[in-house]
Amino acid sequence: MPDTLRFLTRTSGRTRLDWTDWLSYTYLVLGLFLMFGPVLWIVMSSFKTQSGLSEFPPTFLPYGQRSVQVTGHEARLPLYRVKMPDGSTRELAELRRIGLTATMIDPAKPDEEIPVNIKDREKTSELRVATENYTELFGKLSFGRYLWNSVFITVVATLITLLFNSMAAFALSKYKFRGQKTVFLLIIATLMIPPTIILVPNFLVISNLGLLNSLWGVIWPAVATPTGVFLLRQYMLTIPDELLDAARMDHASEWQIYWRIVLPLTAPALAVLAIFSVMWRWNDFLWPLIVLSRSELFTLQLALNAFQGELQTEWNYLLAMTVITIIPVTLVFAFLQKHITTGIASSGVK
Amino acid sequence: MSTLQLKQIDKRFGDTVVLHGIDLSAEEGEFVALVGPSGCGKSTLLRIISGLEPSTSGDIVLDGQRVNDVSAAERGLAMVFQSYALYPHMTVYQNMAFGLENTGTPKPEIERKIGDAARMLQLDALLQRRPTQLSGGQRQRVAIGRAIVRNPKLFLFDEPLSNLDAELRVQMRAEIIALHQRLKTGMIYVTHDQVEAMTMADKIVVLRAGRVEQTGSPLELYNHPQNQFVAGFIGSPRMNFLNATVIGQAGRGVDLALSGFEDQPPLRVMLAPDVVKQGAKVTLGIRPEHASVLDGAASAGAIRLKVAQVEQLGGHGFVHCKLPESTNSMVVQFEGQNVIHAGSEVLVDIPAGACHVFSTEAGAPVLGSMAALH
Repeated sequence: MPDTLRFLTRTSGRTRLDWTDWLSYTYLVLGLFLMFGPVLWIVMSSFKTQSGLSEFPPTFLPYGQRSVQVTGHEARLPLYRVKMPDGSTRELAELRRIGLTATMIDPAKPDEEIPVNIKDREKTSELRVATENYTELFGKLSFGRYLWNSVFITVVATLITLLFNSMAAFALSKYKFRGQKTVFLLIIATLMIPPTIILVPNFLVISNLGLLNSLWGVIWPAVATPTGVFLLRQYMLTIPDELLDAARMDHASEWQIYWRIVLPLTAPALAVLAIFSVMWRWNDFLWPLIVLSRSELFTLQLALNAFQGELQTEWNYLLAMTVITIIPVTLVFAFLQKHITTGIASSGVK
Repeated sequence: MSTLQLKQIDKRFGDTVVLHGIDLSAEEGEFVALVGPSGCGKSTLLRIISGLEPSTSGDIVLDGQRVNDVSAAERGLAMVFQSYALYPHMTVYQNMAFGLENTGTPKPEIERKIGDAARMLQLDALLQRRPTQLSGGQRQRVAIGRAIVRNPKLFLFDEPLSNLDAELRVQMRAEIIALHQRLKTGMIYVTHDQVEAMTMADKIVVLRAGRVEQTGSPLELYNHPQNQFVAGFIGSPRMNFLNATVIGQAGRGVDLALSGFEDQPPLRVMLAPDVVKQGAKVTLGIRPEHASVLDGAASAGAIRLKVAQVEQLGGHGFVHCKLPESTNSMVVQFEGQNVIHAGSEVLVDIPAGACHVFSTEAGAPVLGSMAALH
């Protein structure tokens, strides 16, 4: 922990803050607010109640109106601080409200009804974390189904992406064959074609293969990525050929060389591609929207969209759902990021 | 225990010819060193023997069988690479086990073989480490261990010591020699360091620009180099080359005048008179250890040279002298210690019996090699 603190308070000068320190810290703090502010706001808001969300001015922390159980009434009644005509203030529960007049009762004396002008009262609020936004979500809208669809597509598509792209990269980086450069250039050239242009042809292919309204229809078109092939190929070029020669002398088949030597050594690059792939597939919206039209096949992103489209938007659930959709990408990044910077291939040789 | 023959091996990369008709043979248990300057094709030749690189033409015969079309794995050879090529993500044990696992060797046998090799190479304590946690010498041993456990017909070494520091290199050299004596398996050893070749090999093959310049035992190459290249390559410091002219012939010898010393009595070397013509330009070769600095009176064949530099090594030393009419310098070895200073003049004796005579035409074979030894 002291190390973290020392790192966070580092200066370029010896003791005093240099002007470059001021500049960089200002920049970093500003960046932190810009990047992290909205995310934090969404997370905080996802714990607010429906009414808490429509509160003005908005609060950062989730506040909810206090309520009280009054004998003779089934539902809990909201509590208000009421300024009485004699100048004193009392905490009363609201029974009902008609126009500008609310009928209130004292929780201690439930039989006595007191008419109060709504101008004379204010809500009493307390810090209240509305975890029901999350717990109730699982019962609503077959949320579990959407989550499963999203997880399935993301995990399977990422695994296949890693496998296919690394095989292509292995061939392009470690074998010499006629047309090697041409193939590589063709793959890279597809980077220049915007995805929207191939949307219709892709749709026709998927439709003719009978993969519409199937999760595989989302997975297959996404698994071959030029970015992935390029990334892995460049990394594999740094693996010394002598290692492959050594493996060949060691009776390893070409598949074993790929699977047991090259793939483990490409781990850092694979981690990077895995992060990309998870983010792409998890956040993917347009393609699933086209392929999946039956609601039981919806991914979380599609469900979010459909959820908002209903007559009345339940913002508290929508926000909770949004937070859940952010979590996997965050986790993947947190756990795999160290792989991005570590290279293990460079140290084994020499 | 295997024999190896290479017959007329050619190798071309596109239009570039790397190897020209290499013939080579290694007897059972023989330690053969391939030496030559960088780019001479020695590593390519080793890769062709290993099967990692196909030859353009020619035959590779292993134990009497032509193995051109046999894959690297099936040839049953083991190679130790210059960079060691240890699998960085595997432990030392896994590195050594990888090849055995691939051939379907049962687990207990793998353990036994690795145990034996580890004991032999003092790797016992390191088996669970990864290559990154090892020093250069230890990695080298692991690479050798990986070769040993496969019980190969031949060991192939590709400049295995070039990444080690000087002290470790001497130590590993001794270990490889000991290993060879113990295993009695043939070894083909590629190096650019003639000292390694001289100290380790039974047979040395000197390569230059894809051609075999000479093959023979270390002392054969030292005493009877077949051309100026081999003469210059074998021996340290390298042989001195002096320009000379044939000025007379007498009996079984010829008289040579060293350029710059024409007024001195001629040097009479043993050389069949019909080999050179009167007046022909030749190159005289004399090793630093055969020439000597005279402290007394001049004798026949001694020349007076100006000292450019003196290297005192304690036990012996070298005097670097300037040669007139030449950019080469002449190095003379002396025993013990000496009081010669740079800038002074010394008398250098060139014993005719230790001289080699080369034709001045580049690449032409030796005219006479008169090494006094033997």
